Parts: sequence; C-alpha cells; structure tokens
Amino acid sequence: MSELDELYQEVILDHNKSPRNFRAMGDANRKAEGYNPLCGDQVTVYVKFEDGIIKDISFQGSGCAISKASASMMTSALKGKTEAQAQELFENVHGMLTGESNQQQGRNEVGKLAILSGVCKFPARVKCASLAWHTVNSALHGQAEAASTE
Amino acid sequence: MKATTEMAKPESQRKAFDVKKIRKDFPVLAQKVHGKALVYLDNGATSQKPQAVIDTLNRYYTAENSNIHRGVHYLSERATAAYEAAREKIRSFINAARTQEIIFVRGTTEAINLVAQSYGRTFLKSGDEIVISAMEHHSNIVPWQMLCQQVGARLRVIPISHDGEVVVEEYRALLNDRTRFVSITHVSNALGTIVSVKEIVTLAHERGIPVLVDGAQAVPHLRVDVQDLGCDFYAFSGHKLFGPTGIGVLYGRSELLERMPPYQGGGDMISLVTFEKTHYNVLPYKFEAGTPHIAGVIGLGAALDYLDGLDWQQLAEHEHDLISYATEQLEKVAGLRIIGTAREKAGVLSFVFEQIHAHDVGTILDQEGVAVRAGHHCAMPVMQRFGVPATTRASFAFYNTREEIDILVSGLQKVKKVFGHV
Repeated sequence: MSELDELYQEVILDHNKSPRNFRAMGDANRKAEGYNPLCGDQVTVYVKFEDGIIKDISFQGSGCAISKASASMMTSALKGKTEAQAQELFENVHGMLTGESNQQQGRNEVGKLAILSGVCKFPARVKCASLAWHTVNSALHGQAEAASTE
Repeated sequence: MKATTEMAKPESQRKAFDVKKIRKDFPVLAQKVHGKALVYLDNGATSQKPQAVIDTLNRYYTAENSNIHRGVHYLSERATAAYEAAREKIRSFINAARTQEIIFVRGTTEAINLVAQSYGRTFLKSGDEIVISAMEHHSNIVPWQMLCQQVGARLRVIPISHDGEVVVEEYRALLNDRTRFVSITHVSNALGTIVSVKEIVTLAHERGIPVLVDGAQAVPHLRVDVQDLGCDFYAFSGHKLFGPTGIGVLYGRSELLERMPPYQGGGDMISLVTFEKTHYNVLPYKFEAGTPHIAGVIGLGAALDYLDGLDWQQLAEHEHDLISYATEQLEKVAGLRIIGTAREKAGVLSFVFEQIHAHDVGTILDQEGVAVRAGHHCAMPVMQRFGVPATTRASFAFYNTREEIDILVSGLQKVKKVFGHV
C-alpha cells in the first residue's frame, strides 16, 4: 500500500463522509473548542461525564478528512471510558500519530484507531489528526466551569 | 524600464518567451519530489530564486561581507556602494521620484507596521477612521487594528463583490470627514484580483487622505509605477520577487516620510546622540535602525537585474496565457469551484471542492509533485466572505508552463479518485 493509500483508507473516508456522533449536545457537562490557526480547522467536543465515566461524547466543526475522521473515531473509542482510560488512550494515540511510539506496540494499544497510524508519514497532517484529541483532553481537564456556564 | 524599450521594437525583432530556457535559471525547479518532477505552484507564498541571486549572495559573503555606512576600509566601502546601488535599482524598478524614498525593511508586514506606528500614532486620533478592503491579507488588517486600539480610531471595511472585486461605490460611501487613512492591496493574495488602485487613490486624494498600497502580490506580475498610481506608500517583499527572504521595501513620498518620526531607534538612524538629545538622520536612514540585511538588499538588487533582462511585455503575455489556460482547465473539473472571478486577475487561482477539504487536496497533490497552498492564506475574512473554511491556491510565476497546469489537473483527478468522486 502506498503512503497515500495508507493515509486515506476506506475506513477513514467513511468516517469523513458519515462522521459518528457529529452533533451538539445540550446536556453536556464538559465542552472544549479546538482550533488549528495554521489551517483554520475547528472542532467543538462535548462530553457528558458522570460517575467517573464518559457517558456520552460528540463533536462538531469543520476540517479536513483526517481531522474529521479522527474526531469521529475518537468519539466512538472514548464512549464508556473512565478519565484514566481516556488519558491513556490519548497518550498512546499521540505517540502513534507523531511516530514516537514503537509502531507495532502502538497499534496494539490503540485498537481500531491504528488505522490512523499512516498519518505519521505526513508530518504536516499530524496536527489535523490530533486536534480532536487535544480538545477532549482540555474538556476533561478543567473545562467544567466553562461548559456549565453555557 | 526595459519593457518600454522592448515594446517599442517591431514584432519581428522580439524573441519568443523561452520558458524552457528561463527555467534553467532557477536551479530549484530541476528536482523531483516523491519521485515526480516538481511542479511549483506556490509562488504566492514565496518565489524561487534565479542562479544570479544565489551567486550574488554567495559572492557577497565570500568576498565582500562588511558592515555599511561606518567603515573607512575597503570592504565596507564596497558593501556600502553595493547596498546603495540596490536602493537605486529599486527606485528605478517602481519609478519612485527619489532614491531616499526607498526604505529597506524586513518585508511587506514590517513596512505596513512601520507606517501604522510612525504615521498612524502621530497623525491619527480618537474617532478617526481607517479604510481597508474585505480582501486584505492579515498583515494589512492587524497593524491597523493595533493602531485603532492605541489611538481610539475605527477600522472601516470596503465590501467586495461575489466575484472578489472592491465595490467602488461602497468605498466612495465609506469616505468621510473622519477618514484619515486608506490601506489597500494591489493584488489579492487569496483571490488574485487586481485592484484598480489608481481610482482608489484618486478618490482618497480628493479628500486629502493618504493611501498605502500592499504590493506584495503585485510586483512579481505587474509593472508598478508608484508615481503613476499616485499612492503615498507602497510596500512589497523581496522574497516574492525572486529575491532573498527577510528583505522588503517601503516606498513613501518624502513629504510624508519627512514628517514621520522614526519607527525604531538604534544605529544608523541617528546623526548625533547625547544623553540630552538625539538628532535623527536624514531619509532614508531615519527609518533604518541597526545593521540592515545587507546581503538581502544586494540579493534583491541582483533579482531586479535579472528581471530587467527579461522582456516584461512577453512575460505578461505568458502569465496571462497561464492563468487563462489554468482557469479554462480547472473549470472543466466537475465539482470544482473557483473562488475569485474578478475580470482582472494576476498570478493566483483559488478553488474549492464541494466535498473535499483543501488540506486533503494539498496532501494528494504533493504526492504528485505539485506544490500548492491549502488553507486560509492569512486572509480569514476572505474565507468567511465566501463561506469556505479554506481554499486550495495555485499561484504562478513566469517560469511555470502549460504542461505544469496539465499535471495539476491530472493531480486533481487523482484527488477525486481517492475520495471516490470519479
């Protein structure tokens, strides 16, 4: 498979075309906005965090296929996870995207999200794939006040 | 200027514009990326450099390097002479009335900031208005917003039409007794529109309002005559004009420059310093504090020498053919929409696909060896005006060819194939 085919796999194109959990969430108690000033990609992540668990998660925004697919897959992966599990997944995905973690080891730890590993061959696109992850990270860490006032 | 004499020659004596030969002057073009021949269509971001410029920089650092305006030794005198000779070349290039009206800065951005801070903070006050257009680059928006915050002035924006043209009637309506400054682009970096600057200037001058023209995207494509345009300030960057990065030019009419305070303090901009009082140097040195980018200035001079050796009439015809051909070919690509359809355009073709983001287009084109810009082009208000998050921008220089546009188009077909839109 060429690097380009690896980047734009069928699953990624499908998530781009029909993103999962692509909606605003009225009763979210955590929310954060992510923005990439270099390219203008913008994402809002909504989280309903109850009893230490991500009960529901959704996103909205505009961006390229990579950022949209990554956000879509992220919401699917994080539903039902504890904050600690989410944190661990964030770190593993981040390591995979930047190419810092061992390829095979990284793939094993992130499950289905391994499909995004092709991004590490395209340094200019790493930020596209990690935007939603950074955003959910700030939603889970101390964005409660901001979300509750809305 | 060269083009004038060339134009006067009978048709039979004019040599054909030999783009293949010209491409040999630009060593960077002869390379492969991702195994494909490089097709460089990101000239709006920065242009490539002819060998003559590269050799000049090499020679300067190898044999001439010295500080200017202060050494009594041989090398310093040589460097000073080369530096000042470049200033004269630039004066001639834009047909300024006086060499002292050419001020070296880092680039267009610094030139605009210089005017906003030096002229703006001196002559604008609370309630005054500054007029810009809706298709400015961020560097012709933000310096004015900063000035507005500092002095309490207000920024007014001329709307643009759906084709990406300044609506002159709206501009006329915006001008009033509180308008103190107009700053406008000559060629839009995001849309390619050529603005009829002369008309903008005439209307402003009827009310005694000074005008700055952002010429960053204009000078590589159009022959600019600042006296003919009548503008008070004209700003451009060397690196988009086939010269080095980090060097740019502010042209200002000396009547205005004389009345403006220095922008930065330091060496070279003074004539006498005591702890009680400092006397500023004369133009243009008053605005050139510190050791300047000497190599950059001399390199820019070499770029102008190179351009002077080209037939600008033919160059303009070649570029016109390129943009017409590219427009025609891109219009044939189903699902593609060109953003910016002004009657007069130079150098830039911006476009979007309905379902495919510009970033994905850029990445796939890159794999085909085609370098384009994908994003908001530092003109986010333009993107908002057209309701798109980003565009893909192909921007041309005279060394581009029809064949390269064909490669761009087949690259776009590949993009559609990857996304299953064939």
